[in-house]
Amino acid sequence: MLFVVLSGFITALFAPALVRVADRHTGLALATLPAGLFIWFLTLLPEVNQGPIRSVHDWVPSLGIQLSFWLDGLSLLMALLITGIGTLIFIYAGTYLKGHRDLGRFFVFLLSFMAAMLGLVLSDNLISLFVFWELTSITSFMLIGFSHTDTNARRCAMQGLYVTVGGGLVLMAGFIVFASMGGSYELSELLQDGDLLREHGLYSLALLLILCGAFTKSAQFPFHFWLPNAMAAPTPVSAYLHSATMVKAGIYLLARLNPGFGGTELWTLMLCGAGGITMLMGIFLAARHTGIKKVLAYSTIMALGTLTMLIGIGSETAIIAAMTFLLAHSLYKGALFMIAGIIDHEAGSKDFATVEGLRHVMPLTAFAAVLAALSLAGVFPFFGFVAKELLFESSLGSASMVLMTITVMTAVLVVAVACLVGIKPWFGRVASSPKPAHEAPLGLLLGPALLAILSLVFGLQSGLVANGLIDSAASAVAGTALQSKLALWHGINTALIISLVSLVLGYVLYRQLDRFRELTRVTDQISSFGPEAAFDRFMLALVQLSKGLTLFLQNGYLRFYLITILCTMLALVGSVFVLRDLAPISFAVTDLRLHEAAILLVLLMSVATAVFSRSRLASVAALGAIGFTVALLYVLFSAPDVSITQILVETLTVILLVLVLYKLPPYLSLSPNTVRLRDGLIAVFTGLTMTLLILATTATRHYNSITDWFIEASVPQGEGRNIVNVILVDFRAFDTLGEIFVLTLAAIGVFAMIRFRSEDRKS
Amino acid sequence: MMNKPSLILRTTGFFLMPLLFLFSIFLFLRGHNESGGGFIAGLVAAAAVALHLFFSGIESAKRLLGFDPRDLMGAGLLLALVSGFISMIYGKALFTAIWGTVNLPILGKVKVGTPLLFDLGVYLVVIGAVLGILLSLAEAEE
Repeated sequence: MLFVVLSGFITALFAPALVRVADRHTGLALATLPAGLFIWFLTLLPEVNQGPIRSVHDWVPSLGIQLSFWLDGLSLLMALLITGIGTLIFIYAGTYLKGHRDLGRFFVFLLSFMAAMLGLVLSDNLISLFVFWELTSITSFMLIGFSHTDTNARRCAMQGLYVTVGGGLVLMAGFIVFASMGGSYELSELLQDGDLLREHGLYSLALLLILCGAFTKSAQFPFHFWLPNAMAAPTPVSAYLHSATMVKAGIYLLARLNPGFGGTELWTLMLCGAGGITMLMGIFLAARHTGIKKVLAYSTIMALGTLTMLIGIGSETAIIAAMTFLLAHSLYKGALFMIAGIIDHEAGSKDFATVEGLRHVMPLTAFAAVLAALSLAGVFPFFGFVAKELLFESSLGSASMVLMTITVMTAVLVVAVACLVGIKPWFGRVASSPKPAHEAPLGLLLGPALLAILSLVFGLQSGLVANGLIDSAASAVAGTALQSKLALWHGINTALIISLVSLVLGYVLYRQLDRFRELTRVTDQISSFGPEAAFDRFMLALVQLSKGLTLFLQNGYLRFYLITILCTMLALVGSVFVLRDLAPISFAVTDLRLHEAAILLVLLMSVATAVFSRSRLASVAALGAIGFTVALLYVLFSAPDVSITQILVETLTVILLVLVLYKLPPYLSLSPNTVRLRDGLIAVFTGLTMTLLILATTATRHYNSITDWFIEASVPQGEGRNIVNVILVDFRAFDTLGEIFVLTLAAIGVFAMIRFRSEDRKS
Repeated sequence: MMNKPSLILRTTGFFLMPLLFLFSIFLFLRGHNESGGGFIAGLVAAAAVALHLFFSGIESAKRLLGFDPRDLMGAGLLLALVSGFISMIYGKALFTAIWGTVNLPILGKVKVGTPLLFDLGVYLVVIGAVLGILLSLAEAEE
């Protein structure tokens, strides 16, 4: 299974080369990968029905992180959607973006996304699930901002990234709490004992953190606003990521966690609350818009809200309804998005207001669109109808008037939107569109037509997917074996009556859609206080805050940098001495030798010269002298290597300072006494703190010194007698590597600073 | 940058510089067993070039060095990194030291190992970093 996940990433490496070879047929060629995977997953269906398949690979064994995969009914349903719709999207994208100059890059992102998404739904380990989760956010960011020369696309991409990655970080915190509750990072082990989780003291915390991640990803209120903006992506991306797959990652997570977390009051409240609001608000906004992709995006938000609500209700019917709705939605929404792309591509329109009567010129597209729209509306005998019946039943079963009302209102609006999608562009006496329209080529038509026809076939023959796919997915979500009895005809019951009423009311509403928009204009004003406006204000404030902070901390005066750094250190280290009871520090000067006293005297004299001198050169020279005396001290304490290094560094520092000083003007004015007093105090206290720190550290030793080990191991293991060097290049080579990287960076920094300044001066 | 350097500086520099280079190589090679090592040796070599910079100017110092200091840093980092990966060929963890002996014509059997390669990387980075800063400072003054 590892190879299955990696295959997408590996193929992505070769995609740009393939574009150069296969040119127009790249999409078709690449579609063979998801197609192959789709068939492979399909063959696993009987096996998964017997029980989940698990495969484990070591990843970071020292941290107990495994790359473990887990294929049960839910993962399988998601994997089939990802690879199945993926196949159609690759074919579609190959035609849609034919001749685009960045086609290679596009396929790299799309393949990486697919692989990340597969990894996400197959992961058993929480850490690897999180990594794949963030990878989908990043690839989504790349794809939304694919037209990177467009300012708006960049803005939308950033917004999507902030919201989903921000949520992802909260999710990680949730996962860590979750793992600490169950004592494992493997989902399959954690979810074994749901009662243990539900009664754990950290349950609410873990749940809220995880929900934050899932809600941002699946565009639940109040994080929904990034999804319509994500429509800045090329249409194949919208069809794939932002309707059929990625946004369902959050739903997947909720469904996955249901056996462990579900069923509590908090769970039901959060999921039904957020889901219900999202559902109604999404479809309401969809009906208010006329931009084709905007309408579809908002109706996707509706679908995501519905799924969240169904999982929140959590009854057997609701879970079967959720899985059925998930499949039905992916089919018709994928088709509708691809059709939106066709209208844009072949008729030059992005808005429902500007197209009419297209069935005369593009009959096949119109046919597919009408089928998909009928499934969206939930008309008999489409698969959408089956899903909708189950939705009504679960909503009725929840015995909540609020949920029931919301569901019915949503259903009416959904029908109106479906009419907008399925009637407005296609019917009418004459075809009119911004540019002369013509039928789409086969490459564009294949995907939507197939998905639309499947919407009908699955409706007529619901047994095709019910026994097996939906059953085992729903069983995985519920944690116990469920038998769905998907059927078209349940007889005349409440659900059917509501369904009929909503159809009629929806159509009436569609006829009056313009007046509906006019009447609800007031909501536009509300949106200026909505979550998106809040998000924008927050981001703006964040930028301004960091700008202010940077101006304050990085003010360009070296002396202030030093003051900031030293005072911070004083506050943090010094407070420990004041606040904590430390072991008493004993310090006594016993046998001070004559030569030691002499060195000390020279040291003090040098310090005095450095401080009181009125010439920079003299101060620098005095600093050099301090360095050399310190080097002498090292010699006395038998550390020749440190001493040599000190002498050399001191020499080079003096050379550097002389080079710099040469440029400075003579002292114009000396600092006033108050400033000197301040600097003096900081200096004295810093020195005092460091001395105390060293004394305290040497006085308290909790562990045996490692020195003995180094002395013993140096020759046999490091093949060298100079312990300092053996440590540097062998025992702790990794540290040294880091240090020389820092050294290089510092040199590049200095280099750039000097070079840019001299260039500035020239121009 | 400077006025005409003094005769004393030029004369001593002329004799001192090759000695400093030799000393640098000496420090580098003995480093694993006696005081020395790549870091110190790099500083000495950099000091040697700095001396040259003072008595005969930037252009001459650059010619003496022969490489762009930035290239030296890059090469050093690469060398240090590669030396850490060699152990993986032998199926050992990253940065495990691998030692072997080679027969050299005059010196006889000499022990060599990946830490030596790593130290050479450090040596190059130190020379490159110090001289990169020094030379660009000196250049900015002109």
